[in-house]
Amino acid sequence: MSQANNGAVLAAEAENREFLVFSLGDEEYAIDILKVQEIRGYENVTRIANAPEFIKGVTNLRGVIVPIVDLRIKFHFDKVEYGGQTVVIVVNVADRVVGIVVDGVSDVMTLTPDQIKPAPEFGVTLSSDFLSGLGSLDDRMLVLVDIDKLLTSDEMALVESTSNQ
Amino acid sequence: MDIADFFDTFFEEAEELLSDMEQHLLELDVDDPDSEQLNAIFRAAHSIKGGAGTFGFTVLQKTTHILENLLDYARKGELTLRADLVDTFLEAKDIMHEQLDAYRSEEEPNQEAFERICQTLQQIALDEIGQQLDGPTIPAAEPKAAPTPAPSENDAQANSNNAEAPSNGHLLVALLNVEDKDRILLVEELEQLGEVQSQSGDAKRYEVVLKSSDSADDIEAVMCFIIEPDQIEITAVEGVATEPAPAEPEASTPAAPAPQAPAESTASKASAPKPAAKEKPKKAAAESSSIRVSVDKVDQIINLVGELIITQSMLDQTVSDLEDQSVGNASLQNGMSLLQRNARDLQEAVMSIRMIPMEFVFSRFPRVVRDTAGKLGKEIELITEGKSTELDKSLVERITDPLTHLVRNSLDHGVEMPDVREAIGKPRVGKLTLSARHQGGNILIEVRDDGAGMDRERLLAKARENGLNVSDTMSDEEVFQLIFAPGFSTANEVTDVSGRGVGMDVVKRNIQSMGGRVEIQSKLGEGTNTRIVLPLTLAILDGMSIKVGGETFILPLSTVLESLQPAKDDMYAMAGDDVVIKVRDEYLPVIAIHEVLNVENAITDPTKSIAVIVQGEGRRYAMLVDELIGQQQVVVKNLEDNYRKVPGISAATILGDGSVALILDITGLHRLSRYKKEAGKKVVNNQNLSSFKEAEPS
Repeated sequence: MSQANNGAVLAAEAENREFLVFSLGDEEYAIDILKVQEIRGYENVTRIANAPEFIKGVTNLRGVIVPIVDLRIKFHFDKVEYGGQTVVIVVNVADRVVGIVVDGVSDVMTLTPDQIKPAPEFGVTLSSDFLSGLGSLDDRMLVLVDIDKLLTSDEMALVESTSNQ
Repeated sequence: MDIADFFDTFFEEAEELLSDMEQHLLELDVDDPDSEQLNAIFRAAHSIKGGAGTFGFTVLQKTTHILENLLDYARKGELTLRADLVDTFLEAKDIMHEQLDAYRSEEEPNQEAFERICQTLQQIALDEIGQQLDGPTIPAAEPKAAPTPAPSENDAQANSNNAEAPSNGHLLVALLNVEDKDRILLVEELEQLGEVQSQSGDAKRYEVVLKSSDSADDIEAVMCFIIEPDQIEITAVEGVATEPAPAEPEASTPAAPAPQAPAESTASKASAPKPAAKEKPKKAAAESSSIRVSVDKVDQIINLVGELIITQSMLDQTVSDLEDQSVGNASLQNGMSLLQRNARDLQEAVMSIRMIPMEFVFSRFPRVVRDTAGKLGKEIELITEGKSTELDKSLVERITDPLTHLVRNSLDHGVEMPDVREAIGKPRVGKLTLSARHQGGNILIEVRDDGAGMDRERLLAKARENGLNVSDTMSDEEVFQLIFAPGFSTANEVTDVSGRGVGMDVVKRNIQSMGGRVEIQSKLGEGTNTRIVLPLTLAILDGMSIKVGGETFILPLSTVLESLQPAKDDMYAMAGDDVVIKVRDEYLPVIAIHEVLNVENAITDPTKSIAVIVQGEGRRYAMLVDELIGQQQVVVKNLEDNYRKVPGISAATILGDGSVALILDITGLHRLSRYKKEAGKKVVNNQNLSSFKEAEPS
């Protein structure tokens, strides 16, 4: 189902797309560059009590209160450290500003439609619903994350689920 | 210039006119109608019709037209007003408002409502005056409903009465004292409306002969968007006469519009523009002293000023650090204190832009009270006090619904039926008072009635029936608060008035979400006073910063009563986990913030921490914190913009050092702590926390 969707979406946009590549542990992930607002260091995060572990808290981004999500915790990485390389990618999704913590940002890549392969059904941790595909680039594989769907999903608990309102 | 540019102006004007009309209708004394008021109502309808016709809002135009005709009979004394007729007029006004809204959102107005109201109005005309209103505007469905043949004589009479007969199409439009640039625009505008046959004259008086199917009023309505009504004279040209003939008598008396008008139809026409002219200049004067600005822009300025305040306090902190290291500089100090004062003044000034008088809220209540009282068969006198009290715009918008509900509730459950009132020696007419006033940093809104009051025993009995946990020793205030419990109703039967819509629990929740609280004072047999206490604004809060572990939180200063060092002897454990503290012969539940919010490295020994006594929802709690830092004004930042509601936290703010501090929600924390205790040692995560809100009975 989701594969078919992905196929249709990809076919519809027969254009090259640019992705911001970041690393989580040894793995390489990428998100649509148009979703990215800015990249900044990880600092001054105020903890929010009783929030899921992967929500690190909120920070002040020039007067705007922005929640910070650590994708490494969300994806169950063993090593979660905060150092000089740790950066926050500030993304704009669904009219919201959210910061995601990653181990590092490497570069911006342009992928042609045939470099984007449909994501196989796998993993409980990262459902393929949240992927827009896998990017293959020489011998590298980029996991293309559909950051919109991921961050607005119920399991991220970032947005008030409609049933509660 | 495109006519569409005027749409917004029309919508705004029409809205104002409609609310004027409503106000006058409500004030109208049916037995002895004030002719000025009738004229004002008629004028409002007339102006709306003109505008609606010009912009092609046919449905609105037709509705207004029929109403206008009836109003015309009324102001001439041919139609005797009765309360039910006024009700129908009000209903027509509501429908016109809906139509206006529909046009505004570019939808087609509700055809059914349109036909219904037209029929009702036509029926009134038939019943009361014995004649049908003029034909051309009756919708297709009409003739069936009005079987009486409409003799052409009646038609003609109605037409001339209303000064509405479209002339044979030739109109002389005279522009008086119009500047050249406006004149060119106006002539262009006229060309859109019809065919300009000839034009001549100078700035003092410029005449245009126009062949148009639009009525003189419609044309005038368009012109009035650019110039004042007294700058326009429109006269019908008899026959297909050439321009000099009618122009001549007019030209001799350029300033006086009516008396020597050439044709009979002109004389009746002139009567319409004149009253309108009386009203318009007043409005123009009011407009010149104010401008319309979009709320977004104001909010943007408020945000920027908020940023400025934060930057200023960051600088302030740096400067005082320098001072501590004795590298301070006197002129830097002076500059800083000046900056601080200027920033505060600026903030205050900017905040005042958002303030609007309570009149905006109160003005809708005469109608609500009238309708509700009518439905219930009660007689009510509404008194409003403190209409000029100012309140933040966002609060004004949000207070209307809860207030409406409280008023309805008062009318339904509070005020007795007239006969009952008389029997117990009260005046037949019940009194309902709405008042608003400032009290400290808050605004106090009261809904007072002189009705039956609340019966403590009945409330307690009902609460027990509903399975609520109550005891006879509860204070009156606590007992009265029971009516805010979800699903709680003492009414024996659900009425049309208060059985629908939001319940009292929703009222309370709404008010709490605005940072306010509701208090009830009531005396059996004498009446009830419901008091809503709201902060003046949502954007700024006087806070007390506290420290727990390494984390800083803000407590709203308005909730803080006192703070003290708990002694071991004053703390009592209850039923396992619960702890109460004795403060001046009162036992208060203790909430340890570090437990509720899982703060690490906090002081766990209560006797070493500080107990802050706070009040929320009429109850008091003792909050255990590590340290009090001090009072400060903070800019309230919404957490829900980018995140979600957090239990126990009402909002966030940015501290002087640029970091975020969370603002605590007292009652939320209490609920959270109870929930956590009930859930035992179970790890609580966000998902099941959000579900607890609904289940919470408090």
